[in-house]
Amino acid sequence: MTGSDDKSSRRGPLLVLPAAVYLVIFFVLPLVIVLVISFVERGRAGGVRSPLVPTIQYYIRLADPLYVGIFLKSVRIGLLVTGVCVFLGYPLAVFIGRSSPRLRSPLLMLVMIPFWTNFLVRTYAMKQLLGAEGGINGLLLWLGLIHSPLSLIFNEFAVVLGLVYGYFPFAVLPMYASIEKFDLTLMEAASDLGASLRRAFLRVMLPLTFPGVLAAIVLVFVPVVGAFITPDIMGGGKVEMIGTLINRQFGVARNWPFGSAMSLALMVMVVAGVLYYFRSSEEKERPI
Amino acid sequence: MNKSHVLILAGGLAVLTACASASPTEPPPATQAPAAPTQEAAFSERCGDPSKLSQELYFYTWVEYIDPAIEEEFEAECGVKVIEDNFDSNETLLAKLQAGGANYDVIVPSDYMVQIMIDEGVLEPLDPSVITNLGNYGEEFTHQYFDPEQKYTVPYFFGTSGLAVDTNVVADPADSWAMVFEPSSDVCGKISMLDDERETFGAALMYLGYSLNDTDPAHLDEAKDLLVEQAKCVLTYDSQTNDDLIIQGETVVGHMWTGDAILSGSPDAGGKEGVIYLIPREGCTIWQDNLAIPVGAPNMYTAMVFINYLSDPKIAARNAEFVGYGSPNAAAYEFIDPDVLANEGIYPSSETFERLQWIEDVGDALETYDLKWTEFKAAIGQ
Amino acid sequence: MRATSGASLGTGGLALRLGKATLALNAFALFAFLYVPILILIVFSFNDTRTVARLTGLSVEWYSKLLHNRDLLTAARNSLLIALSSTVVSTILGTLTALGMDRFRFRLRSAFDAVLYLPIVIPEIVMGISLLLFFNLAFFPVIELASGTKLTLGLSTILISHIAFNIPFVYVVVRARLVGFDRTMEEAARDLGANEWRTFWRVTFPLLLPGILGGALLAFTLSLDDYLVTVFTAGTASPTMPLYIYSLVRRGVTPEINALSTVLLLASMGLVVLSLVAQRRE
Repeated sequence: MTGSDDKSSRRGPLLVLPAAVYLVIFFVLPLVIVLVISFVERGRAGGVRSPLVPTIQYYIRLADPLYVGIFLKSVRIGLLVTGVCVFLGYPLAVFIGRSSPRLRSPLLMLVMIPFWTNFLVRTYAMKQLLGAEGGINGLLLWLGLIHSPLSLIFNEFAVVLGLVYGYFPFAVLPMYASIEKFDLTLMEAASDLGASLRRAFLRVMLPLTFPGVLAAIVLVFVPVVGAFITPDIMGGGKVEMIGTLINRQFGVARNWPFGSAMSLALMVMVVAGVLYYFRSSEEKERPI
Repeated sequence: MNKSHVLILAGGLAVLTACASASPTEPPPATQAPAAPTQEAAFSERCGDPSKLSQELYFYTWVEYIDPAIEEEFEAECGVKVIEDNFDSNETLLAKLQAGGANYDVIVPSDYMVQIMIDEGVLEPLDPSVITNLGNYGEEFTHQYFDPEQKYTVPYFFGTSGLAVDTNVVADPADSWAMVFEPSSDVCGKISMLDDERETFGAALMYLGYSLNDTDPAHLDEAKDLLVEQAKCVLTYDSQTNDDLIIQGETVVGHMWTGDAILSGSPDAGGKEGVIYLIPREGCTIWQDNLAIPVGAPNMYTAMVFINYLSDPKIAARNAEFVGYGSPNAAAYEFIDPDVLANEGIYPSSETFERLQWIEDVGDALETYDLKWTEFKAAIGQ
Repeated sequence: MRATSGASLGTGGLALRLGKATLALNAFALFAFLYVPILILIVFSFNDTRTVARLTGLSVEWYSKLLHNRDLLTAARNSLLIALSSTVVSTILGTLTALGMDRFRFRLRSAFDAVLYLPIVIPEIVMGISLLLFFNLAFFPVIELASGTKLTLGLSTILISHIAFNIPFVYVVVRARLVGFDRTMEEAARDLGANEWRTFWRVTFPLLLPGILGGALLAFTLSLDDYLVTVFTAGTASPTMPLYIYSLVRRGVTPEINALSTVLLLASMGLVVLSLVAQRRE
């Protein structure tokens, strides 16, 4: 199981080097600039005051309950969206993984294709469907299931729906990667040994496909917490999340240092949270 | 799943890309100097000194904010190709200029942004000997707070931020902010407000009788409380698709800009008959977009010639017809359709002008505005 | 090991058969959920007025307008080129990284793991602005000093930034595939005399392919539809599709964009059908 570890001192770093160099130059260095900005005073035009005036006021301001509250709300929405995406996406990934081999890639592509249309027109189409005068309410009214239009848009429900729609493939793809290699005969074996479907799933399938689920959780939760455009459009400007807040600092509020401080705080907390979750899951769910 | 399968997919995508490039396109303007000069153009007086003109001009502006025919005519008449790029907000424009490396010749900042840009020293002073048409512009649009000496900019288009009202539902609209702050029962729940901390706070402040640029925290708190109270009747805070909403019937009163309101009321443009535009008696915002040249522009002389060209009365009139907003070019009025000139929404009367206020930069108080706006947004979230 | 990932569970009990039906139903419902807004989008591409708010009549004028819209077509072409290139590069780099991180232990491994997650969490506007500042304040001056060439923002800077945010996404997906990877096949190949390269290409790579493909699809999608990072790293005249479309928002998106999206949709569907047909021939 540990075949090539004797070359570990050279091989690992070598494989990782290209991406590491690339990201250090084109990601970490730019991030350092943002870090510097977060520690200097705001200039009138929004950038920084020159000459640079060091300050930690922006980080201190973040401790205010107003901002903490918005952050927690974003986390809550993030968890909700992630839960729905994983819960609905897992069976879909199983379905695709179980189809005949030649159908699998086409089905996978079919999941992605809606996302090759432009995001804006897609979101407008969704808004149309959810409006009081829109398709869904129209249908429900016509069927007599409701008597006055439901409020489906410009609220948190719409934001969650929009985010689930937008990040669904981010959940399906990694879970598919894990599920596709899962040997289904193991489930048969479990059932032969007397396990119910539920038990077989929880004790056999889920643990072995957990890396995919974990990846799905990361790829959905992490970007959703900082999401901006979807909450803005679907929430009708009424659902304030940390993403909308940050964007405003780089926009109308013209306060880059504050926006930078917010972003860095967000990044650190989310990455720390995710890594902590990883460590604790690794201890519990070690695959064979 | 096998490799030839992947190759087919990749090949298909490559074909798709090739097809897209087979359509008539120009070679994209690269980052080096362009090649052959354009054809021999018939130089006219409107083109200035032909020996000083460059081959190309980089125009960074709002989308659909210039009649494409005019750009083509400029090329035919003066031999300069106009390369247009679009931005979606003043702040994006500013960010690109501040970070450097944005090689635009002519930009179109709004009033408050002009003031900031002048203070930051990123605008080039204009040469009146080249921009001879500067005198065409009306008094109400020149020597304003943001460019008091009219040294750095030339007015382009102006507009206001009032109320669009669907008279099919609201038969007797009042020209007052009370329509949105004390809405009747058939209006409540069908209101849209602009999603802009200055504009929306501004509306509340003006309704309460304060100035649009008030920085007194007590007044701002009052305005904030009013907005929080209003929120239960507001369907959405939207600056982009508010016209669509009133057309669809999702809203019946919308806080919106002139052009959007006019379009939402014209059936030819897909609008709804019966939607009118009102300027509230308590006052509303007037804003103006201006032509300017950033410091470091590669083709400065040509930029000024272009600005002068756009200020020609006949050209300005045609541009106004295409764009739909109000032209600040007084000399152009004789070429503009009288019905359009009579439309109070686009061209307010002088007494209406008294009620209009400019959004000015409030300096450091902007942080207070943003704080109150954030508090407001957090308070109304469900 | 039996390669029976496609084995049916029909011989199980009623519970397993119900499971199969539920799965299919769930899949169908989800595909419907995904495609209903797309159908609306397609319908509105045939609207006869310039609004996307209300269907007033049918017309194909937007498709003909699209064919003549040089700017939009150039933007679409740029987007596809950038998406393809950034997908290829980031998939290669991401896969290599996943292999390196999964199979080897080395110093700084955990630190680098954390760095890899940062581009996923960073708000796009921050990434965009940071890159804009970096290019103008650091990168371009350094290149100019070193080689005398003066660079500016353009398609190449867009490409660089897309690769940067794509690498971690590919990495996470491929890494998930690698965890618990059964090494016995590779060991068997090596016992039979194959060297590292052969083992990789003949054994490891095919088994990894679904993960790699998944990562690539994700990267392609992210790049094609990216707006915020692109707007700050684009030059004066290097539009991509999202840039063009978002700038329209202020004046109102016209059905022309729906038409473009429909064309792309049909083209992708066509590719899917093509690959199905090609498979059948084998």
